[in-house]
Amino acid sequence: MIKVEHISKSFGDHLVLDDITATFERGKTNLIIGQSGSGKTVLTKICIGLFEPDSGVVTFDDRPFSNIKEKHKIDIRKDMGVLFQGGALFDSMNVEENVMFPLNMFTDMSYEEKLERVNFCLNRVNLKGVNHLMTSELSGGMMKRVAIARAISNSPKYLFCDEPNSGLDPVTSELIDDLISEITEEYNMTTIINTHDMNSVLKIGQTINFIYKGKLWWQGDSKSVLHSDNKELDEFLFSTELTKRLKTI
Amino acid sequence: MLRKLGDYLTLMYQTFSRYDKSLVFRKRLLHEFYNLGFTSIGIVLILSVFVGAVATILVAYNTDNPLLPEKLIGFSARQMIIQEFSPTIISLILAGKLGSQIASELGTMRVTQQIDALQVMGINPANYLILPKIISCLLFIPVLIVFSIVIGILGGWLACVFTGVITPTNYVVGLRSWFEPYSITFAMIKTVVFAFLITSISSYIGYTVKGGSVEVGKASTQSVVVSSIAIIVFDLILTQMLLT
Ligand SMILES: Nc1ncnc2c1ncn2[C@@H]1O[C@H](COP(=O)(O)OP(=O)(O)OP(=O)(O)O)[C@@H](O)[C@H]1O
Ligand SMILES: [Mg+2]
Repeated sequence: MIKVEHISKSFGDHLVLDDITATFERGKTNLIIGQSGSGKTVLTKICIGLFEPDSGVVTFDDRPFSNIKEKHKIDIRKDMGVLFQGGALFDSMNVEENVMFPLNMFTDMSYEEKLERVNFCLNRVNLKGVNHLMTSELSGGMMKRVAIARAISNSPKYLFCDEPNSGLDPVTSELIDDLISEITEEYNMTTIINTHDMNSVLKIGQTINFIYKGKLWWQGDSKSVLHSDNKELDEFLFSTELTKRLKTI
Repeated sequence: MLRKLGDYLTLMYQTFSRYDKSLVFRKRLLHEFYNLGFTSIGIVLILSVFVGAVATILVAYNTDNPLLPEKLIGFSARQMIIQEFSPTIISLILAGKLGSQIASELGTMRVTQQIDALQVMGINPANYLILPKIISCLLFIPVLIVFSIVIGILGGWLACVFTGVITPTNYVVGLRSWFEPYSITFAMIKTVVFAFLITSISSYIGYTVKGGSVEVGKASTQSVVVSSIAIIVFDLILTQMLLT
């Protein structure tokens, strides 16, 4: 379980996050949704320790993570898997080396054990026989999947995904969503997903946090999201032609 | 400016603190030997032959006086190559090659969030990425410069053979006159300082890139400019300090 409590963050005099308090539950896919520029990525970066909050604190299963020394963060970091928006695969390494990287750094497994784990993870994301491809030889969807495989290779307890299916076709993004929610349940991870994809909201939104103008504007789940009487949430959800039409049906 | 210097020192502190796994470090070091060092051998050797030849011809041309013994030419050419041409000119060339290489590599990793990825995994990215670069350059650039001195002197000899500015025999006699081991020490001290300047400055500039591919390009250019200036400035300082 990850808690963020009273998080505020501004850049210069631009207040991006204003007193956000939320709980992300274990074994569930927790969504953060909101318009572009609403601060989703900033909130995620605060959770994973790339930004320090101006005030407030993030705790991982009651272990504090904000405003502490970098070296005290390492233990929690080792339990963390992060899927960056662009994948952030190491382009000097091939697929296998990328997925094996966390194992090389933090475990004393033998090469055979590591290889077995790598192949297991790649299998899990439906990739086979790509071990020796370089990252530049992968398609966008494959990159995302390799990045997921890397994020889960060291069996994290916490998984962060920043827009896992942006820029993917509907079929592939569906696959990625399924994959993330399956592994979340399978490994009982606390997963935080940051998205503006309506399909994901409805499909895997076990808890949903809607950020609007830097504030946590609405909380709920995929069932209640369609019937809320929150005006801004409604406007956000039913902003496209497709969803507007669906609503009238 | 002062703030940048502070950031630079902080980064160097991070680079030299907190070792991750030593096995991984050794692997990274070997990789950098190849990536940065091995790929520089060719350019250094080619340039050194020509620089040595030109130095010899220039000295010969400018001391074309029957009162001066011919062996003076070999002697002067040797001193120029050891004390200035090899350590400084070749370091400047390496600032161009390695500086842009390091800054663009790290800059690209920064803008594609690969450095962030390392950090959230709990790795000290500065230590993981920069330290092997600095250590490998501190070790191999001096070796390259020794090669360069030898090849440069050989280039001077070739110039004598092919242009006949002086006889090769007199050149060799000159080479062996008034030799002072301290000039080699001087060259090596300069080289080590320059090697550190090149790698640390270009690492700093690449590591702190903000933005996208345009900024990476700019950083790569900037690192060549800044490290070249640093080399020239330190060349003056060290020459003053060590030779007077
Ligand atoms: N490093 C930074 N320095 C200054 N301002 C920043 C920085 N990072 C983000 N911001 C600002 O914070 C605000 C929120 O950005 P953020 O990236 O979190 O949006 P987002 O909700 O993730 O949007 P998107 O859906 O487009 O990814 C933006 O106005 C942005 O300009
Ligand atoms: Mg974002």
